[in-house]
Amino acid sequence: MAARHSATASGAPSSLARSRPRYGEALIKAVLMLAALVSIATTIGIVVSLLEPTLRFFTEVSALEFFTSTNWGPLFEPPTYGVLPLVSATLITTGIAVVVAVPLGLAAAIYLSEYARPRVRKFCKPALEVLAGIPTVVFGFFALSFITPLLRGVLPFEIEIFNALSAGLVVGFMIIPIVASLSEDAMAAVPAGLREGSYALGASKMVTSLRVVLPAAFSGIVAAVILAISRGAGETMIVYMAGGGQPNFTLDIGKAMQTMAAFIAQAGSGDVPVGTVDYNTIFAVGSLLFVMTFLMNLVSARLVRKFREVYE
Amino acid sequence: MSETETTTMKNIAVNAPGAPRTIESLDPVFTVSGLSVFYGEYEAVRGVDMVIGNREITAMIGPSGCGKSTVLRCFNRMNDLIPGARAEGKILYHDEDLYGDHVDPIEVRRRIGMVFQKPNPFPKSIYDNIAYGPRVNGLKGKMDDLVEEALTRAALWDEVKDKLKQNALSLSGGQQQRLCIARAIAVKPEVILMDEPCSALDPIATTKIEDLMQELARDYTIVIVTHNMQQAARVSHRTAFFTAEVDDKGERHGRLVEFDETSRIFTNPTDKRTEDYITGRFG
Repeated sequence: MAARHSATASGAPSSLARSRPRYGEALIKAVLMLAALVSIATTIGIVVSLLEPTLRFFTEVSALEFFTSTNWGPLFEPPTYGVLPLVSATLITTGIAVVVAVPLGLAAAIYLSEYARPRVRKFCKPALEVLAGIPTVVFGFFALSFITPLLRGVLPFEIEIFNALSAGLVVGFMIIPIVASLSEDAMAAVPAGLREGSYALGASKMVTSLRVVLPAAFSGIVAAVILAISRGAGETMIVYMAGGGQPNFTLDIGKAMQTMAAFIAQAGSGDVPVGTVDYNTIFAVGSLLFVMTFLMNLVSARLVRKFREVYE
Repeated sequence: MSETETTTMKNIAVNAPGAPRTIESLDPVFTVSGLSVFYGEYEAVRGVDMVIGNREITAMIGPSGCGKSTVLRCFNRMNDLIPGARAEGKILYHDEDLYGDHVDPIEVRRRIGMVFQKPNPFPKSIYDNIAYGPRVNGLKGKMDDLVEEALTRAALWDEVKDKLKQNALSLSGGQQQRLCIARAIAVKPEVILMDEPCSALDPIATTKIEDLMQELARDYTIVIVTHNMQQAARVSHRTAFFTAEVDDKGERHGRLVEFDETSRIFTNPTDKRTEDYITGRFG
């Protein structure tokens, strides 16, 4: 259809009408659109499939109990449905991960973008990104069999075999490449002229990196951090393996905790009959996790727009 | 001297400010001898000898690729930032070897400011752009006064005094460039290097910057690289004409052809190549 408006570029045919039909164009357009629709359709499908069991869940369990009770034991008798322990565990492990990943990731990004020689950068950046390709089950095993014993040997306070600290730390390691790689991209996109302007005023490399490049790349860095947080909050395997399966409403990071994702994995892998409250519980927790990460992405989109710097 | 008319001088009016001083009576800020600059193996500029006089405007002109910007960027050791770049020969800043082992390039750049071809304000407020240099260098004094003084000297204060908190990128191109000049002035340098400061600006903004340069030359030593011969003729006391020579391997090397008082370069050049260039027969 769109081709109707375009005239042939060369030659002077007798008429300006299209000389032969261009089916290929329409086909390609359709295929490309289909590809774009798949991800949108998936998102909508997830929301729809979450919604129905979630609504059913709230007909049987009061929302008040779900959001305010601090006891989580839906698979026990009598069942309790306070989601707060799962939420707090998710926030705590993600918080630990952020504390690890943001400083280390940013430091790596500053090094790669401002200090490393081109040859070092060419080697280091792909190497860093390999870290992002390691299956999370490997990270989980690493947490359980290496980090946890290490922590238990080093730290003065009590660390259980399964604990939030080890899980959070390793989730942090896992998301370092996201922070580092995307932040480095943002910093590399800062025009060289800004750096020169800073150096020409007698600023050192450190000052230039921290006070010119970092702020100029801020929106990209925020986007990187938020994406990393979303990945961390939804991370399942590491927290399931290293954090344990015990819902604990506590701030003690040496204790076992069950995050929302870990609960879904645990309950989902058992044989829960379809249509029961237990079954619906999985979806309710899934919906909550979805809403939380979705809100965070919204906030980040807002932040990115607010801090976007236009250099021209 | 603006009345001087010769056959080689048709369109260019020479009215450089101040009384011309002879090379001998010059009070040198920079003394350049046998300067060559390399990027890796490639020799970009070869054997430059020149003197930059105190509180004068020295213009460097010449066709693209003649090495004039390269030489300019040696004066504040900006070339150090390019991997593989190195300078041979000698540049004395007053009596100190600019490339001596004891010299800290950061200290050099604090004393010798630079303004770039494309205005490059930081994506911060107007105020913070000016305050950046003094803060970084730990300059004493009241910051508000420093900012006002720098903006006033750069003839920008009246235009921005009511919007100091606004982002500097909201200014027009010409205002941005004056902001960059103010930013350079704020760290109280002795010398201001300008690398084609008007090439991205319209004629009105260009005139403002040129007026500003003449004003600033009372207190600062200015070195300006320009593609615009008329600009060199209008503002500078002395002019260095560079050209590119092609050697037998086909590589281009920048060369200083002639360095003299601007009035003489534009009315009575000694070298044929200078004459060809300023009369538009080449370049």
